[in-house]
Amino acid sequence: MAQVQGVALNDNQDPDTRRLVITRDGLAVLLNALRRHGYRLIGPRLGDGAIQFTDIDGVDDLPQGWTAVQEAGHYRLQRRADAALFGYAVGPHSLKRYLHPPRLRLWRMHRDAMQGCSSDSGADPGGDPGGDAETSDRDPQTTAPAGPFAFVGVRPCELRALAIQDRVLLGGQQIDPHYQARRAGCFIVAVACGSPGGTCFCQSMQAGPGLRDGFDLGLTELDTDPTDPPQGQRLLLAIGSARGRALLTEIPHRPATAAEIAQGERVVARAADAMGRHLDGDGLRERLLAVLEHPYWDQVGARCLGCTNCTLVCPTCFCTSVEDHTDLTGQYAERTRRWDSCFTGDFSYIHGGSVRQHRAARYRQWLLHKLATWHDQFGSPGCVGCGRCITWCPVGIDLSAEAAALAAAAASQPGLPTAPPADPSPAPTSAPQPAAMPARRHE
Amino acid sequence: MTKPRRPTLAVWKFASCDGCQLTLLDCEEELLAVAGAVEIARFLEATRAVRPGPYDISLVEGSITTAADRDRIQAVRRESGLLVAIGACAAGGGIQALRNRASLAELTAAVYARPDYLDTLAESTPIAEHVPVDYELRGCPIAKGQLLEVITALLAGRQPVLPPHSVCHDCKLAGQVCVMVAQGIPCLGPLTQAGCGALCPGFQRGCYGCFGPMEQPNRPALDHWLRALGVGTAAAGRLDGRFDPRLQALAEDTGD
Repeated sequence: MAQVQGVALNDNQDPDTRRLVITRDGLAVLLNALRRHGYRLIGPRLGDGAIQFTDIDGVDDLPQGWTAVQEAGHYRLQRRADAALFGYAVGPHSLKRYLHPPRLRLWRMHRDAMQGCSSDSGADPGGDPGGDAETSDRDPQTTAPAGPFAFVGVRPCELRALAIQDRVLLGGQQIDPHYQARRAGCFIVAVACGSPGGTCFCQSMQAGPGLRDGFDLGLTELDTDPTDPPQGQRLLLAIGSARGRALLTEIPHRPATAAEIAQGERVVARAADAMGRHLDGDGLRERLLAVLEHPYWDQVGARCLGCTNCTLVCPTCFCTSVEDHTDLTGQYAERTRRWDSCFTGDFSYIHGGSVRQHRAARYRQWLLHKLATWHDQFGSPGCVGCGRCITWCPVGIDLSAEAAALAAAAASQPGLPTAPPADPSPAPTSAPQPAAMPARRHE
Repeated sequence: MTKPRRPTLAVWKFASCDGCQLTLLDCEEELLAVAGAVEIARFLEATRAVRPGPYDISLVEGSITTAADRDRIQAVRRESGLLVAIGACAAGGGIQALRNRASLAELTAAVYARPDYLDTLAESTPIAEHVPVDYELRGCPIAKGQLLEVITALLAGRQPVLPPHSVCHDCKLAGQVCVMVAQGIPCLGPLTQAGCGALCPGFQRGCYGCFGPMEQPNRPALDHWLRALGVGTAAAGRLDGRFDPRLQALAEDTGD
């Protein structure tokens, strides 16, 4: 299906404002159609006590009737009263896992007695964007057979994160060809958020809970009565791209009634009122940059484990490190890229030692990059309000609360100099500010 | 053209269970390649045949618990080019270092019918307290991948990749769901050095810290959180870091 795979990244030039309705059965047909067109389906699925974002076979794998209670350092699956298919907030995984994978072989080299050395990119010869991840039996999610990805159940906060990753990895002078290859062919079935978690604040970051753009097909799940059968789920459907519209020809659907459209709006409005967290972004960058030396950073550093969980669950954190490996024969070498984190000592290690020796300095680097210097570097905040860093911090450190405390500290110290306002539209090719340099080491 | 001489490898055992040196035999698929790349000159678990030293690479398993071993490790060091301490015993003192926190006389009386037969030091100590150690492989037992990584790195003349970050880091790389956040299972992963591939959390168990402390472990912060959760401190039960006494010593140390 050439028209599905051949479309450029942002295929949103032709918005289709029709609102349609599909049922659970229609969704099943949609997912099967994506598989038939060669997509690798990635979507929500219960596993190991969480709603994971992983390979799915079809609609039966969705966590129907489940949700998750989320608080700082706390996540528990819970049964819902109804049979909602998407009645939960984001889990531990994000699209980053697939588009900017945790381990990636960059190249490999074989020594040949007759011909000297030969090297290749390490990528699958078929050009498959999913097949060049390091082979590891402990990491099946990045080594499963390929195909372009079809992401199912992508939340608005995740779409915002995707836009940020696009800006970071494709929008500057240096583009990441691995991300580009994986990103180009992917199909996105987004779902508006109807059940925010206790750590969600996408409303504060203007990333959700409703859908705007950035998807091929966008769904809003309508409420049902707990007594309705599981097959009775209805979803409003919006078309976001030409390939979304093309695929829709294979899916049973009907126009939405005015009542259903109003019901969908109520779902989103209710979600906006149900955010578990709030972050006042007004002037936040300037306020945070005014308290660089505040003792509060040490207070956070004393609680922080330096374990890197927050950065690795963050859907926009993109930093990596590079490792070289050789084999026992001396005839083979390979270079691997893996996720790294500004919370490790090695990350900022240069001649003489680590630039950021203490956890307070590392937390400051991370929080300021997300909420302040990201503006200078990429023209937006680096936070989308998904709440993952709060939920998955093993000791419940709350970015929204820490930022609020620091902003309050800035307000109580009016004598402190404030940072100059960020250039609202930095040139894509401008060099990053030194303070904001995310230190993609060895690259 | 003569083939370059293969580096010689010796394996030494001190107070230990042999599980870490068994990891060398556990290499199975890679074992022939190992034997082709290095000359295994002394490895009693595989063969009684011992070639005389000195040795280019020594893998040292076990902790120092007797006066005789205290002297013997000095001889091993003199005979070794690179000395690699392997396993929680060699790196941290091992589970036998539990006695460091108790009275030796009371313990031996409780365990042995004739404690007077014993000739032992009061404490079990890691190799690095006695001689300079070039590399340290953690774990109970060590990870096969890390052992091969050190051997291949030494053969190629490069630094081995042995990151000092937390188990959490590797747990997230593997895509595993945090057992502590999602299931309330106490886990020492945030304090413990990676290298095992986050093995225990991958099987829905909490990390018990056999790889010893990560680069800057903040145990008071984890203890505080676990107390608030009502699961006791990291010092309770299996979470006391008994496999590597260095985790026990961190109760008041924020590692920063």
